[in-house]
Amino acid sequence: MTDKMIKKEELKDFLRELKKNYDVFVPAKGDDSFHSFKTLDEKETFDFDFRNTRVSPKSFALPQSESMFEFSLNKEDKDANILKETKNDYTPKLIVGIRPCDANAFKLVNINFDNLEFRDPWWSKRLESLTLIGLGCNEPDSTCFCTSVGGGPFDENGLDVLLFDLGEYLLMRPVTDKGIKLLEKAGVNQEADNALKKKADEIKTTSEEKIISHVPTDKLKKKNLGDLFNAPFWDDIAFACINCGTCTFLCPTCWCFDIQDEVAQEQGDRIRNWDSCMFPLFTLHASGHNPRSEKVQRVRQRFMHKLKYYVDKYDNGVACVGCGRCVKHCPVNIDIREVFKLMNE
Amino acid sequence: MMDYSNRIRKTARQILEEKVVDIVIGFKKGTLPMMTEPVLINDPEKTDQLYWDSFCNMNLANYLPKRTEKIGIFAKGCDSRNIVNHIVESQVKREQIYIVGIPCAGMVDKRKINAFLDGKELKEIIESETSITLKGEGFEHTIEKKDYLQDNCKTCLHRNPTIYDELLGDLVEENQGPDPYDDVAKIEKMESGGKWEFFQDLIKNCIRCYACRNACPLCYCPTCFVDESDPQWVGKSNDTTDTMTFHLLRAYHCAGRCTDCGACEQACPMDINIRLFTRKLNKDTLEFYNWEAGLTLDERPPLDTYKPDDYDKFIR
Repeated sequence: MTDKMIKKEELKDFLRELKKNYDVFVPAKGDDSFHSFKTLDEKETFDFDFRNTRVSPKSFALPQSESMFEFSLNKEDKDANILKETKNDYTPKLIVGIRPCDANAFKLVNINFDNLEFRDPWWSKRLESLTLIGLGCNEPDSTCFCTSVGGGPFDENGLDVLLFDLGEYLLMRPVTDKGIKLLEKAGVNQEADNALKKKADEIKTTSEEKIISHVPTDKLKKKNLGDLFNAPFWDDIAFACINCGTCTFLCPTCWCFDIQDEVAQEQGDRIRNWDSCMFPLFTLHASGHNPRSEKVQRVRQRFMHKLKYYVDKYDNGVACVGCGRCVKHCPVNIDIREVFKLMNE
Repeated sequence: MMDYSNRIRKTARQILEEKVVDIVIGFKKGTLPMMTEPVLINDPEKTDQLYWDSFCNMNLANYLPKRTEKIGIFAKGCDSRNIVNHIVESQVKREQIYIVGIPCAGMVDKRKINAFLDGKELKEIIESETSITLKGEGFEHTIEKKDYLQDNCKTCLHRNPTIYDELLGDLVEENQGPDPYDDVAKIEKMESGGKWEFFQDLIKNCIRCYACRNACPLCYCPTCFVDESDPQWVGKSNDTTDTMTFHLLRAYHCAGRCTDCGACEQACPMDINIRLFTRKLNKDTLEFYNWEAGLTLDERPPLDTYKPDDYDKFIR
């Protein structure tokens, strides 16, 4: 299927049409000082004129907290003490306006949750229920470095449809079969004309040129793991770190979680929650020993995982999509772009 | 304020060269406008990295506990009060630190500047004594610093360091401004149900990253109560009950110790006005005990002392 187009003023009709088949999520600010993906409600407020959401949309596939199993502790209950998979909400969800870096992140993380060895049913079911309509970035931030890590402001990887905001018109490029069907079903059938296609190509090129942050990655794979692990720069990088979870929780590719049982009276849930390698508790053993008891070990782990272990294990590039969230929001300005340079030196 | 950078570099070099200290802790220029990074320097040749502007919003006292070296530290009014706390609470020895006091005219709030720019990206800032020029793609604005100060700096009553071995620059005039607690008074007037709603709404975006706790110099417990696993006091999910438990207990642990430095609020990635939890406790300790944290080395905070001759019967 070829590129389609709609007038921007028809966007609301398009979204209304999509609402018939999906729970639709759109970027909006609401009462907050930042954007997040919110349910498209009756008021139909959304804001495509945004840079990116503060927190990444990874929670659509990996919620901050989700129940995996339920159990009863009531002895009278015939199923007492038996784990039963929680009936979670896997109804089809559609994110409209997701940035290409964040769509890329779902692909990148999926290798960890769905591979030849393992398949995480909760992650996989949520991801399968997701459809992604991306919005290319006409105005990338100075902290964006997607083009250095295999992406781009109009990269299609991980998306079902890619939107080009071209002023009066939106060009809609279906990427997957899911995307083609979605556009057909929504009645989007006007072919994009050549002038608009040309404009889309141009904006893609200018936008790529606007990416001013570049990080080196070429030597990471060849580097000796032990040398990097014992490199002299970790103390300097780690000094300012306060070991909070801002970087890991805002990050679209940090996937670590912790599993906990929570019981209220006789009913319990086995819940998994986002965890962070920045937290001492992350690696605390039952014996009381903590193999990463020092801050510097935890800081090193985060960068080694993203820029070395993932690279070596999956041969799929670095575990970073260059969204720049950690760069902008680290309270003490630990800048992953600087760490790329040090590790790749 | 701007020439503080040069004075800081000169002082740092001197105290390192003369071996007054083994290391200095200060700020270096960030990789983005409105960002600074706490830095440790142990080589006089590297003191040029040190930097100062109106965005040195973290509290450097946070970096003192558990260090064994002789430390030189650059301290604003609030940092110095937290250093006093640390000394009183035996986290650092007075003789272990050389405090270079920095009279502070208040830090500028990056959140307020971002709100003003309304989504436009800031590329460069140029700071003068009283104003800041903000530059980006297709815009240039000059704003008055006093209009964009952090809320805690607006009502700060101790801009000058309360303890120091050396002072960089002249003392600044202390705030004689409006009632520093009028925001708390508003909340006090609410019905209890309204207060509960207010605070639930305040933390609705909390992601439990603990940036507020970790940016706070008061939070130095070897294991925080939320990190205890045996017994586990607080649930780990983002259930409101657990999130609220964390915030309320954290605030209560700070009662009579908080200097209102604002690091918690500046560190929060979700723009939560987290100070509203601790402010009421600061007001109460002031009203009940005539106490402000970090002003004296001679007294412990009121809530961690016991006197056999206490005038209140219930505690005797």
